[in-house]
Amino acid sequence: MAVEPALKPLVPGGFSGTVLRSDFAVFDRPTRSGKRLVFLDAAASSPKPRSVVDAMSDAYSHHYANVHRGIYELSEDATTRFEAARGKVAAFIGAPSKREIVFVRNATEAINLVAYSWGRTNLKAGDRMVTTQLEHHANIVPWQQLTQEVGATLDYVAITDDGRLDLDDLRAKLAMGPKLLAVAAVSNALGTINPLSEIIAMAHEAGALVLVDAAQAAPHMPIDVAALGCDFLVLSGHKMLGPSGIGALWGRRELLDAMPPFMTGGSMIIKVTMEGAEWNEVPAKFEAGTPAIVEAIGLGAAIDYLTNLGMDNVREHEKYLFEHAWAALAEIPGLRLFGPADSAIHAGVISFWLDDAHPHDVATVFDNEGVAVRAGHHCAQPVMLRYDIPATTRASFYVYNDLDDIDALTSAIRATQTLFAD
Amino acid sequence: MDNLYRDFILEHYKRPHNKGTLDPHDLHFADSNPTCGDEMSMTLVLDPSRTAIADVAFDGRGCAISQASASILTDGLRGQSLDEVRAMDPKDLLEELGVPIGPARLKCALLSYKVLQGAVQGGEVAWPAEAEAEAVG
Repeated sequence: MAVEPALKPLVPGGFSGTVLRSDFAVFDRPTRSGKRLVFLDAAASSPKPRSVVDAMSDAYSHHYANVHRGIYELSEDATTRFEAARGKVAAFIGAPSKREIVFVRNATEAINLVAYSWGRTNLKAGDRMVTTQLEHHANIVPWQQLTQEVGATLDYVAITDDGRLDLDDLRAKLAMGPKLLAVAAVSNALGTINPLSEIIAMAHEAGALVLVDAAQAAPHMPIDVAALGCDFLVLSGHKMLGPSGIGALWGRRELLDAMPPFMTGGSMIIKVTMEGAEWNEVPAKFEAGTPAIVEAIGLGAAIDYLTNLGMDNVREHEKYLFEHAWAALAEIPGLRLFGPADSAIHAGVISFWLDDAHPHDVATVFDNEGVAVRAGHHCAQPVMLRYDIPATTRASFYVYNDLDDIDALTSAIRATQTLFAD
Repeated sequence: MDNLYRDFILEHYKRPHNKGTLDPHDLHFADSNPTCGDEMSMTLVLDPSRTAIADVAFDGRGCAISQASASILTDGLRGQSLDEVRAMDPKDLLEELGVPIGPARLKCALLSYKVLQGAVQGGEVAWPAEAEAEAVG
């Protein structure tokens, strides 16, 4: 029997998104349009495979007790599974040690942790730090708060017309002697993949530490902090097939060791007297209170799922989808595309503007076609400002997408244009 | 959804009534929809008694729902007293739109109401309870 084309891997050695959809229960759900769900909003938050949901259900049902506390079998079991998840995160991003992985709620909390703990210790009045106009608000607002509080200056690296960081501007900003550069690996609003190795080398040469916001990169491409040479890296579990409420901060051990706690309470101490307390070692120092135990185990299962697919394959799969989608959308009159056209530096995220329809109307019409996309400013208003638009419509791809989904996207665009044609 | 973009709504979106800025004007207010950043302004001219609306215009860019809502809302304002406008129930505007507005689009539908209330009450007013169904991105 001949194999259905859609059931074959999109790229050699890879996988078929059509086949993978059966791993996700959500695709069994009927939409109110009666059409199949075409989910193109992974960049906001991804669906969860059954293996993640099952791992969490199993953990709650059979392996749950508080961690790092109980001297009994069940607590040891829970602690082993929780700490195994930490090891999976470390291996997934190439961290030298799992002790350098701090569990947090999400990338936003990880950035806030660094801003409060490292920032308020190391940044002084008159100092400078740098972020970019390409960032998600999560990598802007904590730095605005920090610099305003201590009297430091926050500089922004400009964006080029085609959505890349302006490296000449970065060089100029680094020449002013900042202590930190906070930069996204991948833009959530435009999909741009930043040249991290080059950027990190430039920053280090200028004497700045580098925090990488990998919220949009860790789910979609291989990450190796040792090879990158960055100083901090943050990610969110919910964007990479894992549950919400769990994310990770990776930091170089000597930096984490020198940083004061962000939140204080139980677990993060060695000793508490009525007069004061001594801090526990990293990562416990940064994990006050009972952590998101089962969420961490769920993130571990998500990493297993992705590792089994192979992150190189995930990247190639999405690159293939991007190239087809970009080519198809570029032919549609009245549609403006954002970000670089080169698939080597553009992740599976396409932001676009339709001349006749506002993005919110676009997303509503798409919804009626069963196509889920994000419309809005994507928590990146400085990017919208750069292109003088209030919002865009954003389609983002992941492992369960296939060429049929790209067809559904282009049909939904045509349906929108028909409805709004004057 | 097909209902949401009825011809009535699309007609108001494509050819909005009362679009522009009145100059001179007696009252002016501008506000935005936090969900999408769309901005809308309204200018009003009062009658000689200064207790009723003689003319009104709205300006700004936005989605079909917010633009049609402003077009429809402003159509009914001439001759209304300021007291009547201040007492206006946002539910009436939603009813007048005549299409089912989902929770994600309520702020689009009620932005014009909020801007109008800001103008006649002399400062920003809170979103009406009817609009509280979504978070900011």
